[in-house]
This record gives sequence, structure tokens and C-alpha cells, in this order.
Amino acid sequence: MATMIQAIRMALAYGEQHLGVTDVYGEDVGPPLGGVFTGSMGLKTAWNSPLDERGIIGFAIGLAMGGQKPVAEIQFVDYIYNTIDLLKIAGNTTWATAGDWCVPMVVMTPVGSGIRGSIYHSHSFDAMMTHIPGWKIVMPSTPLDAYGLMLAAIKDPNPVMFMKPKALLRVRPPAEDQLIPGEPNDEKVLKDMIDAPLGDRSAWKPRWPKLEDYTVEIGKGRIRRAGSQLTVVSYGRTLPLCLQAANELAGEGIEAEVIDLRSLWPYDWDMITASVRKTHKVLFVNEDTEVTNFGEHLVRRAIEDFFYELEAAPKLLAGAHLPGIGLADSLEMASVPQLASIAAAIRELAAEVP
Amino acid sequence: MSKPHLVSSKSGFTLAPELLVKMHDLMVRTRSLEERLIKMYKQNDGFFWIGGPGEEAFNIPLGLLLNKGQGPKYDYFHGHYRSMGVLLTLGADPIDALRQMKNTASDPFSGGRNFCGHASIKKWNVAPISSPIEVQYSIAPGTALGNKRAGDGITVVTGGDAGTAEGDFATCLVWSSRPGNELPILIVVTNNNWGISTAADTQHGDRVIADRGKAFGMKTMVINGNDPQESYLKIKEAMDYIRKEKKPILMEARVSRLYGHSSASGANFVTNEEDPLKTFEDRLEAAGILSKDQMKRIWYIYNEQMLADAQKVRLEPQPSPDSIWDHVYCGQKGKPGRYV
Repeated sequence: MATMIQAIRMALAYGEQHLGVTDVYGEDVGPPLGGVFTGSMGLKTAWNSPLDERGIIGFAIGLAMGGQKPVAEIQFVDYIYNTIDLLKIAGNTTWATAGDWCVPMVVMTPVGSGIRGSIYHSHSFDAMMTHIPGWKIVMPSTPLDAYGLMLAAIKDPNPVMFMKPKALLRVRPPAEDQLIPGEPNDEKVLKDMIDAPLGDRSAWKPRWPKLEDYTVEIGKGRIRRAGSQLTVVSYGRTLPLCLQAANELAGEGIEAEVIDLRSLWPYDWDMITASVRKTHKVLFVNEDTEVTNFGEHLVRRAIEDFFYELEAAPKLLAGAHLPGIGLADSLEMASVPQLASIAAAIRELAAEVP
Repeated sequence: MSKPHLVSSKSGFTLAPELLVKMHDLMVRTRSLEERLIKMYKQNDGFFWIGGPGEEAFNIPLGLLLNKGQGPKYDYFHGHYRSMGVLLTLGADPIDALRQMKNTASDPFSGGRNFCGHASIKKWNVAPISSPIEVQYSIAPGTALGNKRAGDGITVVTGGDAGTAEGDFATCLVWSSRPGNELPILIVVTNNNWGISTAADTQHGDRVIADRGKAFGMKTMVINGNDPQESYLKIKEAMDYIRKEKKPILMEARVSRLYGHSSASGANFVTNEEDPLKTFEDRLEAAGILSKDQMKRIWYIYNEQMLADAQKVRLEPQPSPDSIWDHVYCGQKGKPGRYV
């Protein structure tokens, strides 16, 4: 079964073939490399841009206004910070012009920790991005969701930020996920078809499977594990850890429901509401720094909406409020939520008695 | 519009008298609008004024030469907040600029959301004008690629000289001149020698901004943007080259700034800079193309029109508070739920 990065690449190929994608571009996105994580390898519209993040975002706005359909990449989200006023413009153009212009563009960028990326290859962007209205924001945690969310992003007439959890890009899908529609059964066959060979690849061309449409609606979460005692809401890198912790804690008699939010904006408050009204306890988990964290917004809303139904204060487990994530294994592990800290947070919440 | 008289051969004019008269008419119309906008600000009929009096001799020829339409087969214009002359020349109704000044619900550019001079006209490929300095230079190459793929359309981007210090200006030069992927774009700097209150020569070592284009192998031009005839001829020459060669040009147009930066600096007429409209009128009169009385009449008509329009706009309603939720997303109207 496809990894997430293969799924993204296949979604972009489908986008080129069927959805009018005209440009997949960014630093090292085109040949020969095809993206530092191989996300754009073999795509016919992929090209290398200057090393200029402001140019990449500005150009995408211009392409969208000029009748094109761009998918632009910022190589690591750590380098997107100097584009923030252009992200604001992409998000406010429709509003500022009273609906005169729409800006159909997708920006994709790897986020978060997990590859020992040190201070400038480990940032999260959840809080910053959800502070820029006018965008839709997604972050998958499985290859199938990545495929479906990318097609949704391409089809959307608004700017969409597609955040790629870099720790999960090469992880195999969960057992319950189906194949991507059109994907061959055998992962070796898929690799032969769409992964470029090592060494000289100048004559190589991908053989794309006969891919089909599959869309995950932006704004819809997914219950990854049903449970009755508490609700855990997460997305991206920490989602599989929450799931693993919940499965392990079942042995202790703790039944946690795990929601993969998948979309940060708009997000599936209906799903969270239904779950919390059942469990009466909620833990939000993400790895962005904890102060003015997106999860704090969710906590605030949970308090306002469920105050009299809760059996414990809503909790947030997030990254430490540090200037960066240090390189050493011990430093990274101590800076952002890991399996042990997530399990501890679930256990603690489950044990609370009103 | 007045009929032209016979042209004196000593005038230096090479353009047809009809075109000169048309440009004069549009220049007066634009100046009259700007002066009405300033009056509105001073009469408390608006919160802020910013505009382009002093740039008419460049903006009107530019507006006349754009190939107007919607989509990448036509020219895109990425202006800035001194570009109203271009928009009026394309056919914008001055009353809409007054509406934006008064932030009425009827403001077609922003529905009462944005400052005056911050227009958006998608049906003519006029990109939204926003307040951040120079961001249009990062955006414009994108529409230029759309133009290149679609046919003979080009993109024109304009901004001021002070803003060329921003990285977006360098972005524009780099992205427009990628080897083998050059773009059909006219990159314009209207150089008035000021950045709000800061004189250019106290901050910029580059005495000729257009020279920066030479490092990228692009054709460059420095023109007198206070001369409508020179502007017309040079912009046309540049556009012809860009349409044919599909390559960029960096053009620096030296212009005046006649009412300061904005209302924040008083919006009072300055007397130590050339007024290109007055210079043009003197030449038109000397050439026998228009008499003083004819020109006075044009001024009178437009001043009266702007006054009448301003009085009309004063009675138009402000946007409804509920309208804040409209257009957060494409095609969306009304509050989309509590948060989304």
C-alpha cells in the first residue's frame, strides 16, 4: 500500500490529468529531484523555482488570478514565515474585494518534528496558519486521507494549506484503510511504477496507475477508534501516537475515543461535540508550541459548550514553549508529545473523578 | 470633449491632436477626482485619503494602452494606491472611487472595507490594490505566466521608488527573467523621490532604479513620466517589445507627488514639484490645440460632476454590520455558522 508521500504524488498526478493543475512548483520540486521528500517526482507540470519563498507564494496568487491552478510547495514550513503577509493577502483577497476575485491555489509544506530536523526543520504551523482567515487548512495522518484531502484542496476555489506531517510521509497506512482507488495491490509494483530509480533518472518516466477520484471533504474529521470514557482529538504526527496509546490503555480498562481532525479549518466541531457528549472528558493533542496554541482555542470552545456536561477540565497536551526543537534525540523527544507523554495524559484524564 | 485646433509645428507634439485632447480630458478628470477625494476627507466624508495626483501624465497613457478584458488573453494590471488614473482611463466611473472613500455599501471595489484608491476590477483584469508596499511585484509574475500561455496578453505592475527596497521587487526581477522562462511583463517604478517623508537620496545608493534590471539581462527604460506624450510613446514601445518577445522590461518613470504621501501628511498641494498637467496645458495652448477657455470649461464640467457625485454618495448607506461575514470564502454570503 502507498506511503503518504506516494499518495500525495498520485493525487497531484490525478490533479494534473483530471482537475486542471497547471503548475506544481517550488524549490527542488521539479526534475531531477522531484521534491526533497519525493512528493513531486515524475509529475509533468513540476518545475524548480528560485530559492525565494515570497516569490513562491506571490507567484501562486498570481497564477490563480491568471487562470492557472497552482500547487506550490514551501520546502519546510520553517521557511514560510517571511511569506506571512502574502499568506494574508491570499486569504483576504476575496473578502477585501467583496467577492470580486477568488484565489484557487494550494500550498503544501512539510511540518512538525520526527526526523531529527533540529531548529529549522521541525516547526509546526498550526497556530500561525489558523490565525490567517480565508484559508482552508488540512493535515492528514494516513495516505488515503492525504490523497482525498489533496483532491479536495485542488478542487476548492479558495486557498488551501496542505500540511504534510513529515514524520508520517513514509509510514504505511493503517490496516483499516482501503487502497487508494486505482492503486495496485502490491506495493513493490507501485514502487516500480511511480518511484524514480536511484542514480541517473533523466530518461525515466512514471507509469501512473489508473487513478480515480476520491475526495475527503474539508472540514470532516474521522473517528479512528471508538471509545466511551474520554475523547482524544489530534491530527498529523501525534494522531498515530494517540491511537497507539489508546489501544495500549484498553488493556488497563481505559476506553478512549480517538478523533483525527484532518481539517484544522474548517474543523469538525459536530464530531467533537457528539463524542464529548458521550464521554464527558476531552484531551486535545498536537505538537505546536503550547502558548496560543490552536488546541487552546478548542479547549476554550469545549469549556463554553460543554461546561456543565464535563466530568473533568478539558486538557491540552502540546509542545513545550521553546524557541526551537533541539537536534539531539533526547532534546526532540523532550520537546514535543511522544507515546509515553500522551499515554500518561490519557491515563490521568481517565482517572479524574468529578 | 473639445475639438482640437490646428497644431503649431513648434509644439514638439508628434501624437495626433485628438489623442492629446483625449489624454488631457482624462488627466483633468483624474485630477478633479483626486481633489474631490481630498475635499471629502477634509470634510469628514472619509477616514483617509491616498492617491496619485502628479502621476496623471504617466497613468493615463498607460490606461489607454492596456488591452482591456478578463482572463489571461488580456492584459493584467497590478497597480498601487496612486493608480486611479489608469482605472478611470480603462472606464471606471469616478463615483465608485468616491463610494470607496465614503466606505458605502455601494463601493464596488470592496463593499466599504478598504481605503480609497484600493480598487479591484476583475472584469478588466485589474488586480486588487492592497496597502502593503510592493507585494504586487511578487504576485504579478504569476499572471504574466498565464498571459504567456494564453497568447498576446501581458502583465503590467507598478509601484513606487521607496518600495523597491522591499524584497518583493527583487523577487519580481528574478522571477520575470528566469533563463528560458522569461515573462511578458512590464515592471514599472513610478519614481517620485519620496517614501512618505523620507527622501530617496538619503536611503538609496542606486541613483537609477532601472539599472537594477540590467543585472538580469532585461531591457530597461527611464522616462519622463511627467510628459504624457513621452509616456505614451515609451510605454507603447515597451509593450510592443514585450508582446512580441515575451520578455520583461523594467521601466522607471520619473513623476511628481503633488499632495504629499496621503492625508496623514496633510494632503496639501506642494508648489516645489512640477505639475505635469499644468505643463501639458501650457503646451497645448502654445500649440494651439486647446485654448485656455476650452480647458477651463473641461475643469468646470468635471469639478461640477465630482461635486454632484460626492453629494449623491453622501446619502448612500453604509454597509450592514452583518455584511462582515460575506465573502470570507469564494461565493459565500452570510454567516457560515459559529466559526466556519
